[in-house]
Amino acid sequence: MSQDFRLDNIGMVNRNKKISFTFNGKKYFGYEGDTIASALIANGVHLVGRSFKYHRPRGFFGVGVDEPYAILQLERNNERDPNIRATEQEIFEGLEVKSVNCWPSVNFDIGAINNFLKMFFPAGFYYKTFMWPPSFWYKIYEPFIRMAAGFGEASIKHDKERYEHKYEYCDLLITGSGPSGLASAYAAANNGARVILAEDKPRYGGSLLTSDVNIGNQTGAEWSEKIITELKSMSNVIVKNRSQVFGYYDHNMLVMSERISDHLPKTQKYLPKQRLWYIRAKEVLISSGSIERPLVFGNNDTPGVMLSSAAKEYMKVYGVLVGKKPLIFTNNDSGYETAIEFKKNGVNPLILDTRKEPSSDIITEAKNLGIEIKYSYVVVAAKGYKKVKSADIAKISDNKKDLSNIENIECDCICVSGFWTPSIHLASQSGNKSEFNEKIDAFIPKKSKQKENTIGSANGKFTLEETINEAFNKGYEVSNKITENNNKLSIPTVVEKKSTEHDKFWCVPLPKGKSYKRFLDFQNDVAVSDIELALREGFRSIEHVKRYTTLGMATDQGKTSNLNGLQLVSDIENKVVPQVGHTTFRPPYTPVSIGAIVGREVGKHSKPTRKSPMHEWHEKNNAVFVDAGVWLRPRYYKQGNETLFEASKREAKNVRKNVGVCDVTTLGKIDVKGPDAAEFLNRVYTNAWLKLPVGKARYGVMLREDGIVMDDGTTTRISENHYHMTTTTAQAANVLSHLEYYLQLVWPELNVNVVSTTEQWAGAAIAGPNSRALLMKLFPNTDVSNEALPFMGYKEADLFGIPAKIYRISFSGELAYEVNVESDYGNFMWEKIIEVGKEFQIQAYGTEALSTLRIEMGHVAGSELDGRTIPHDASLEGLVSKKKDFIGKRSLSRSAFTKPDREKIVGVVPLDKTTSIPEGSYIVKDPKAKLPNPKLGHVSASCWSVEYDNPFSLAIIKDGKNMIGQKLFAMSPLKNKTIPVEIVSSHYVDPEGKRVRA
Amino acid sequence: MLYIFCPHCGSRSQNEFAYGGDATVKRPELNKEISDQEWNNFVYLRKSPRGKHLELWHHISGCRQWIKVERDTSTHEIFKTYKADELTE
Ligand SMILES: [Zn+2]
Repeated sequence: MSQDFRLDNIGMVNRNKKISFTFNGKKYFGYEGDTIASALIANGVHLVGRSFKYHRPRGFFGVGVDEPYAILQLERNNERDPNIRATEQEIFEGLEVKSVNCWPSVNFDIGAINNFLKMFFPAGFYYKTFMWPPSFWYKIYEPFIRMAAGFGEASIKHDKERYEHKYEYCDLLITGSGPSGLASAYAAANNGARVILAEDKPRYGGSLLTSDVNIGNQTGAEWSEKIITELKSMSNVIVKNRSQVFGYYDHNMLVMSERISDHLPKTQKYLPKQRLWYIRAKEVLISSGSIERPLVFGNNDTPGVMLSSAAKEYMKVYGVLVGKKPLIFTNNDSGYETAIEFKKNGVNPLILDTRKEPSSDIITEAKNLGIEIKYSYVVVAAKGYKKVKSADIAKISDNKKDLSNIENIECDCICVSGFWTPSIHLASQSGNKSEFNEKIDAFIPKKSKQKENTIGSANGKFTLEETINEAFNKGYEVSNKITENNNKLSIPTVVEKKSTEHDKFWCVPLPKGKSYKRFLDFQNDVAVSDIELALREGFRSIEHVKRYTTLGMATDQGKTSNLNGLQLVSDIENKVVPQVGHTTFRPPYTPVSIGAIVGREVGKHSKPTRKSPMHEWHEKNNAVFVDAGVWLRPRYYKQGNETLFEASKREAKNVRKNVGVCDVTTLGKIDVKGPDAAEFLNRVYTNAWLKLPVGKARYGVMLREDGIVMDDGTTTRISENHYHMTTTTAQAANVLSHLEYYLQLVWPELNVNVVSTTEQWAGAAIAGPNSRALLMKLFPNTDVSNEALPFMGYKEADLFGIPAKIYRISFSGELAYEVNVESDYGNFMWEKIIEVGKEFQIQAYGTEALSTLRIEMGHVAGSELDGRTIPHDASLEGLVSKKKDFIGKRSLSRSAFTKPDREKIVGVVPLDKTTSIPEGSYIVKDPKAKLPNPKLGHVSASCWSVEYDNPFSLAIIKDGKNMIGQKLFAMSPLKNKTIPVEIVSSHYVDPEGKRVRA
Repeated sequence: MLYIFCPHCGSRSQNEFAYGGDATVKRPELNKEISDQEWNNFVYLRKSPRGKHLELWHHISGCRQWIKVERDTSTHEIFKTYKADELTE
């Protein structure tokens, strides 16, 4: 297919490399270096989408991030990528893109009927129409809105692409490589500063690539090429293209997304798709340039209407003509530059200038080239539905209110220029309150809140000479502050054509009897009439007007629409723009892939997986694992076709009958050392610790200051000033922080150190009546008799040459020991226990059996110590010292905590001895009581008692102690179950605790 | 993301720290008789000023020291940081 709109001798695309791609299923070709937009325009394609609300035809309006509507969906490797700007996405071989927001096709779109029903779609339409009846929401309104709205479809498949994160620190971050960015980077880098220069486009140079200027006897493009080459060669400079700094956060943290392989044919094995940079900069220079402002007139959203600067860039960078019969509509000199470029490429433009008699170098040049110019002229309305075919133009009176001499002229594109809007988004995000500059009719940054400065046209400097001077000086000044070097470069001379003042006119009045839609916000379909309506309805604050009309929202963030909207509001309200103010610019400046935000922390990598040293053994022995925080723990060891229920019952039974071994490595372990360690523990735990002898362990409960139980566990006195504390798996990190808090801030006079040793020790709990016999074989040289190693005793011993620690403690309620060895010996220990334990019928047991054993013993765990219970509730009041003070003690005497009918832990057994009680069930007196049924409490944990072979649960219920023996009901509305139950003691098995002491 | 100067380690990103709340709260002495009201104030009542505030941060992924940070709660400006046992101004 021929490219009717491609120019032969101009542009920077690589003519030697043709690239084919498909758009809406049709094949096109372009050249390497083309964007989708430039390649489609070269092929004469201007219709690329449908608008958001009215489904009006949409073409190209800009040439980069300014593009409000050419948003497409990309298909790559069977993946969908929505929200792609056609003006930014470079083409690659095999690229497939399609239009969004149209059905069944871009040429025939059923939603376009909205356009003909537009009187029904005014501002606030959604708020007004879709309100009643509420029942319509889910079935009718929402599906309708969902189908009609949005820009593309997100993929629901797993994204196989790789995204990376990078942290970087620099002296100076410069956002944009136009003249101000290049000059300041050059000045700062030569003064020794560590500089990052970010450019969102593939090519460096910004406006230098398209403007007819001269710097230091070189063209703008040559000079930028020279500077960038030099910067790239400097070791203190990082230069990045295709990289958008999209957010300015606290303390000079800026975030940049680098598109690494978005422009490449398929996933590159060693390249991520995108990389997100978190940059902490000592100073920031915002050189993000400015965006041309549209002029507002009838049907100004018709494909073929575009910014004049975009038309110029399509010619100069891509060698593409946006039309062959261009109409230039301008209120300033910029439109002339575009007209001159057309003329140079053999196309005759017509300029309509809203000004009466302007004169400047550029205007003179246009005249000398023989370009036709009409002064005090405006475009009234664009004509043509899917593409501009002609325009109604008119003479406008000096007061800009009246139109005359309306005539229709033929044209195929309308290039508009309503002067320039500095891109102050980043400065605004940094907290800089901007100020309105009357001279340029736009906001520029005011006083820095953070360490940033805005330079160049982003700061309202619209001549190259001013820009280059400012940038060289700022680059030096800022770098000098950081490096204290004094290497100041001389500033090159700049030659540019002088321009004259712009016209403060931007919105063409409607001719009598016409009601053309005049759009302000092209992305969100907000027209002049919508703003007028919002103001008539009483919206005053610009933030409210924004939300009511959707002006300046979504991915566009008002890049082209903001100022025109503000001008309109201020005109209607008879205010000046600064009184109206502007809405808040929010990050991101341009859309960012969710994948880039997430980075590599996906799926299993979202958090670390911690495995015990015995993990491989568990795997080999058919362990089914469960997540316990970040740990993987064996839940049960599957034999044959066993279910979880069967396996855990078998394992628990074997502990009660013979002996079992459980991996308890995950328990939190903290070394507490120092001469004041005993005193410290005495303040941390509720019970007494001063008299615990060396070689003994004690169970302890610790509270928060509000009296709620924080954690429990055993702590052993290893030597005079050394204690080994254990915590629950879940609370390990919190307990350490808690201890550090009190040692560092509250009682710094205590001479104590704490350090986590969780990962230093591998632990195995050996439990069951045969455990001592097994221990005797494991440690033949150590006396482990009941006398030598009693309940809560501690011994160091030798495990086949490996130093081991034996703690006689029990969670299962059986005679039990915990053996610890250094982590690296964990697997050796485990295998020895299994090997030696064979003759005692040892079986490994998982967390499910562990739970069963502790529940039927009435030992509390996380499901009871749930952040709501005080010691009394968990029947731990016996551990609360009356004599000494400790953390949280004063709270326990609060009236709510001393009520006689306070909740207490009890056991619950179903009357039929067969129906398991769902965890979370309510305990109630009368299942048929009027709702809401007053609840006595809830079931915290359930198991199948292996001792009695029937279901057993723990519950925390009001006045629990006096409820024992009562017949009540467990209700689970979720499972739709009501189970008659009897309340029993929470110590269902061995209430006297004989076994642990046997 | 804030950039916090740890007096032990130097400037570090906020994601190395855990927030610890008001640093001006003083725990009542052990074994001291105090009223319900006083205890209640200590456990629950916190000022939440707009502007300068002395607060605790725990350098949890660093030196594990609790530090005091004088920060403006509306602008996030950090004026000064102190070691746990350092006297604040
Ligand atoms: Zn630190």
